[in-house]
Amino acid sequence: MPPDGARILANEALVEVEDLAREFDISRPWLFRVLNGEPRRIVHAVAGVSFTIPRGTTLSLVGESGCGKTTVARLLVGLYRPTRGRIRFDGTDITALAANDSARAIRRRMAMIFQDPYASLNPRWRVRDIIAEPLRAFRVLEDERAIAERVAALLGQVGLSPKDGEKFPHEFSGGQRQRISIARALSATPDFLVCDEPTSALDVSVQAQILNLMKDLQEELSLTYLFISHNLAVVRHMSNRIGVMYLGRIVELAPTDTLFEAPRHPYTRMLLDAIPDLEMTGRRRSPVGGEVPSPIAPPPGCAFHPRCPFAKARCRSEVPRLRAEGDVLVACHAVEEGRLAA
Amino acid sequence: MPLLDVRNLRVEFPTRRGTLVAVDDVSFAIEPGEVLGVVGESGAGKSITGAAIIRLIEPPGRIAGGEIWLDGRRIDTLPPERMRNIRGREIGAIFQDPLTTLNPLYTIGRQLAETMRVHLGLGAKEARARAIRWLEEVGIPGAAERIDAYPHQFSGGMRQRVVIALALCAEPKLVIADEPTTALDVSIQAQVIALLKRLCRDHGTAVMLITHDMGVIAETADRVAVMYAGRIAEIGPVREVVKRPRHPYTEGLMGSIPPLSRRVRRLAQIEGAMPRLTDIPSGCAFHPRCPRAFDRCRRDRPDLMATDGPNRAACWLHDPSSRDLACGHAA
Repeated sequence: MPPDGARILANEALVEVEDLAREFDISRPWLFRVLNGEPRRIVHAVAGVSFTIPRGTTLSLVGESGCGKTTVARLLVGLYRPTRGRIRFDGTDITALAANDSARAIRRRMAMIFQDPYASLNPRWRVRDIIAEPLRAFRVLEDERAIAERVAALLGQVGLSPKDGEKFPHEFSGGQRQRISIARALSATPDFLVCDEPTSALDVSVQAQILNLMKDLQEELSLTYLFISHNLAVVRHMSNRIGVMYLGRIVELAPTDTLFEAPRHPYTRMLLDAIPDLEMTGRRRSPVGGEVPSPIAPPPGCAFHPRCPFAKARCRSEVPRLRAEGDVLVACHAVEEGRLAA
Repeated sequence: MPLLDVRNLRVEFPTRRGTLVAVDDVSFAIEPGEVLGVVGESGAGKSITGAAIIRLIEPPGRIAGGEIWLDGRRIDTLPPERMRNIRGREIGAIFQDPLTTLNPLYTIGRQLAETMRVHLGLGAKEARARAIRWLEEVGIPGAAERIDAYPHQFSGGMRQRVVIALALCAEPKLVIADEPTTALDVSIQAQVIALLKRLCRDHGTAVMLITHDMGVIAETADRVAVMYAGRIAEIGPVREVVKRPRHPYTEGLMGSIPPLSRRVRRLAQIEGAMPRLTDIPSGCAFHPRCPRAFDRCRRDRPDLMATDGPNRAACWLHDPSSRDLACGHAA
């Protein structure tokens, strides 16, 4: 458990996101469109999401492929620019950070861990240089001896040996590579880590090692995590709060235990129902039909209505807004109208 | 008589630096209509075991020992052209990526019809009519119209349904499904698993379900074999293996899966990683990572042996002659 001081601070938001949206233009080339009379085609990858992450806690975003969770992650660390909306980090608006020194100081405080440990490490660099890159890029340390010491300490912190710094990424297994990614992410002492499916390329026993390591580091360094995953069991293990995304929107945002014990949104219920049951409680699963529609032409109204057993006329025409129900935020007309038993 | 009987299977890959043994002395059987789950982490040899049965091991890999019996007939010694008739007709296959299973140049109707014409000797008309029925059975909406569509015109989940139809349409007695739902989202995964279960039950097809996902196995399989470093570590009824694993590796594996129904502070952790095939440890391959290893584990390789339950485990802890030693070590 974190010390009391950390718990008091925990009420303060480190990251605040307001109505964040990102569109991608996937139109065919201009000439083709003119000749065929085709309109532009826009994907609304993220269509207005809002959330806050209190300091020292983990917010997870879950959802199926194409729900926009990775786009949110990339927006937060500045890999994409938002089409609309705001991002505040520790009180500062970072939506459109200029490339000046104050921007650098803020960028240093966030880092990202990617899904694929085979693609995210430069195969031509030695591990020590990979880990030292943020130190050099942000000029945290200039003296080479100090950098070497810091790299050795980081390697130890993630459970590798300081000798491993001399090796190249291909000499490591997937789990060890993810440890290297974590060491690199931590090297410039950030307080916010964006983790995009950090364990989904790993075997379960290795996943357990990495998840345990991430939790230990969070406690030790009071880190704040945005955790992106499609795996609900992993998310339950890691998070304080969970946002469920569907086609670019958050449909439910709730404290972890509340979400699992009393899911409100029909999509959340469906997701929880769909997970194979390892405990073998003999729970009957209600099969849900349909697939996630294309984000290019999302259904009007509530995007989930074509698959929703509770959909009515209003769901087909009006986009539901996120409304507070106790400590839970839900975007569902049926919940709002009390048509769903809680 | 079991439908499939694999005895002492050994698969080798000759390399410049010596011979790698990917599957080492693996024996198991599948009864008619039974679903056997095969789980393990990457490199455990589960996919290669499946590929060996349908003889789809990439050269220079080869079956170096053992016997494979299907329905009372030995099939590992059959000439390649006879084996081709067995694949598809008697053993269907479903792989992880439906795009590599389906031919992108042919309509799905043509692929289904051709399979049935070759294996069941149907005429063109009858084959097409049955293809439509199969598409309906696997839940493709508007089957009669979609039959002339190409694989790329389907979503991933729909494609995997087509692959299931393709694997089952020649009415094989056994289907080998290698990670059939790994590429799919959870909601689609649930649909595909339910479909596979229903169809195999209706048609009395036995399934060898290879996956790394213990949850899928728990829901689907009758029995499960847990593989580690090319060998079966434990085999038994799925409920026993999940609830009361008898092999320390299975125990660690189950503990490392985050539970869904409750919160745990820490996940059980198996230290280290699965050994590479180039340096499999002596004795029990799991001993360097095993919290309960004792002298004998480092020296002798355990075979599957009886335990106090219906599972069999390859672990010296279950050998009466070494039990005292093990207890002494634990104390």
